[in-house]
Amino acid sequence: MKDKCILDFGGVPTLHDSNAIAPEPLVQRHAQPGRSLLAVLHAIQDELGFVPPDTVAPLARAMNLSRAEVHGVLTYYHHFRTHPAAPVTVQLCRAEACRSMGTEALAQHIETRTGCRFDSAHQHQDAEGAAVGLESVYCLGQCALSPALTINGTLHAKVTPQKFDALLAAATKRVEETA
Amino acid sequence: MTRIYIPRDSAALALGADALADAIAHEAAQRGIAIELIRNGSRGLLWLEPLVEVVTPRGRIGYANVDAADVVSLFDAGFIEGGAHPNHVGVVDEIPYLQRQQRLTFARIGITDPLSIDDYLAHGGLEGLKRALAADGDAACEALIESGLRGRGGAAFPAGIKWRTVRGASAPQKYIVCNADEGDSGTFSDRLIMESDPYVLIEGMIIAGIVTGATLGYIYVRSEYPHSIATLEAAIQRARDAGWLGDSVLGSAHRFELEVAKGAGAYVCGEETALLESLEGKRGIVRAKPPVPALVGLFGQPTVINNVITLATVPIIFARGAAFYKNFGMGRSRGTLPFQLAGNVKQGGLVELAFGVTLRELLYDYGGGTASGRPARAVQVGGPLGTYLPESQWDIPLDYEAYAAVGAVVGHGGIVVHDDTSNLAELAQYAMHFCALESCGKCTPCRIGSTRGVEVIARIRNGDTSTRQVQLLRDLCDTMVSGSLCAMGGMTPYPVLSALDHFPEDFGLDTVQPKAAAA
Repeated sequence: MKDKCILDFGGVPTLHDSNAIAPEPLVQRHAQPGRSLLAVLHAIQDELGFVPPDTVAPLARAMNLSRAEVHGVLTYYHHFRTHPAAPVTVQLCRAEACRSMGTEALAQHIETRTGCRFDSAHQHQDAEGAAVGLESVYCLGQCALSPALTINGTLHAKVTPQKFDALLAAATKRVEETA
Repeated sequence: MTRIYIPRDSAALALGADALADAIAHEAAQRGIAIELIRNGSRGLLWLEPLVEVVTPRGRIGYANVDAADVVSLFDAGFIEGGAHPNHVGVVDEIPYLQRQQRLTFARIGITDPLSIDDYLAHGGLEGLKRALAADGDAACEALIESGLRGRGGAAFPAGIKWRTVRGASAPQKYIVCNADEGDSGTFSDRLIMESDPYVLIEGMIIAGIVTGATLGYIYVRSEYPHSIATLEAAIQRARDAGWLGDSVLGSAHRFELEVAKGAGAYVCGEETALLESLEGKRGIVRAKPPVPALVGLFGQPTVINNVITLATVPIIFARGAAFYKNFGMGRSRGTLPFQLAGNVKQGGLVELAFGVTLRELLYDYGGGTASGRPARAVQVGGPLGTYLPESQWDIPLDYEAYAAVGAVVGHGGIVVHDDTSNLAELAQYAMHFCALESCGKCTPCRIGSTRGVEVIARIRNGDTSTRQVQLLRDLCDTMVSGSLCAMGGMTPYPVLSALDHFPEDFGLDTVQPKAAAA
């Protein structure tokens, strides 16, 4: 079951099709001696936007680890994605300081506005169908300027529903322009 | 040529400082006015961001909350000469919020260009390191103990004792690890140091290396802080080029290298042993102690692991002496703490003051009350694992021991204000939910207890306010406090129980329930 989004950018392609990526050269490029597994996973995600699951086996071979160890690290940390992020990805802080300034009401507004649900991508293996990805995060370090969120990695503070709508429109427009 | 300062720290950027800087440069060029634009750090007066400062003969004149759309009117008002304008806030150094602080660790933030080595040296930088290079290592450890500096990450363990342990250990490799995994909601002091004065942290880590005999340092920064990571990496490169790092620190026989390591969004990695596991490239699972990391730390080697603020405070202690630093504070809490006013507060920002200030002073004399204008009701001190303090406790001096006496923690100095629309039962349930999300899973009380906690609180909130249910929650909290391996499970009950004790009405309870027998 996939969440339907009101906003549809006409089938904007996701950043990468995981089937098209050859895992071996990717791993060879990043699994350099002296680098920790965490650093290698960061390097892969920095390049692709996510860590394809089929890199687990070659990573394990290259780093002399078991596949279980690599899979364990990859799935332990919230930061790593095993699938591409949605073209517009919103990360909203849901922690205490932002709660005291109405982040829960803002979250409701964002869900209503986009027709998407927060953290639904975590429940479904595949976020590729959703044009807008909504993710809860816990603290962006802007606790004196709550609520805070990022849209496609860019940080915004003191976000109101009106400000969110403008930011979303701008992000949507940028995605459409690059499509 | 007029010098104009526009902050480059992420708080200012999150409010459009880059677009603002572009607009000011563009407008100045249009009008043929020569300006020098400097991207400084934040002053920590975050409610004023973006805070533009213009250098005038009277001092640095500030214009607060400036938007790119205000730029034309600023030029029209003659802001280049410090002219009157609705956003004009006068000489920034004379703003009472700033003037009344005791900025020791944060002496330079916002004043300097964070990446300028010349600025750093012109404002007292490297004085501490030079003294450390000239000092005997044993004496340096004793001086640090004498200063009374305790770990600022929250555990408040004396830094000098940790250093002495590592210095006394013999091993082929020792490490200095900086814990910059600042995941507590309501805290941003580590971020401010890293983005606004990275060299003070670098200097503190080099001193730690020289004193303890460690030659390699890592700064473990959470991935949610990309601006901090970028600033640190640029600063480390410049420090290396300037000869502070490498085989010969400032031309001495000491070697020290420094690297940034990036976290990956696991809150529990702020716990020191989980952080070490993560730094080794593994899942961030808590280790049992002993052995302590000072003896068996990173890759099994003796390791100093200190918080950003602890390490960033070391240079001024070495530069000014232990007695100078010790003079601030009260009781066994010596020196200053950078308090972070956050959440529903009108004037949020960084307030560095000696220990002993009260919450009420911070909330009203500095914070100016709530942002919503409604009465403040509950204040959480010390991050998500800290207690909620009701108004009756706002006059307790902020001191490690005084707070511990009422079951509260000072922690990393984060202060989150909630107004009278808050629901403490909901916040208690959230605390358990957060623990369930972030538990590393190694110990049962934390891994399972947090989920059971969410369920029990949900039942109470749904109307089952029987004594049995409340006692179940208290018993569960008791198990978590006594049986968890680290503070994640061991302190999640703090916000929960303080909410239950002080705000029972939010749980649908009429009176304070009898407390469980003390463990």
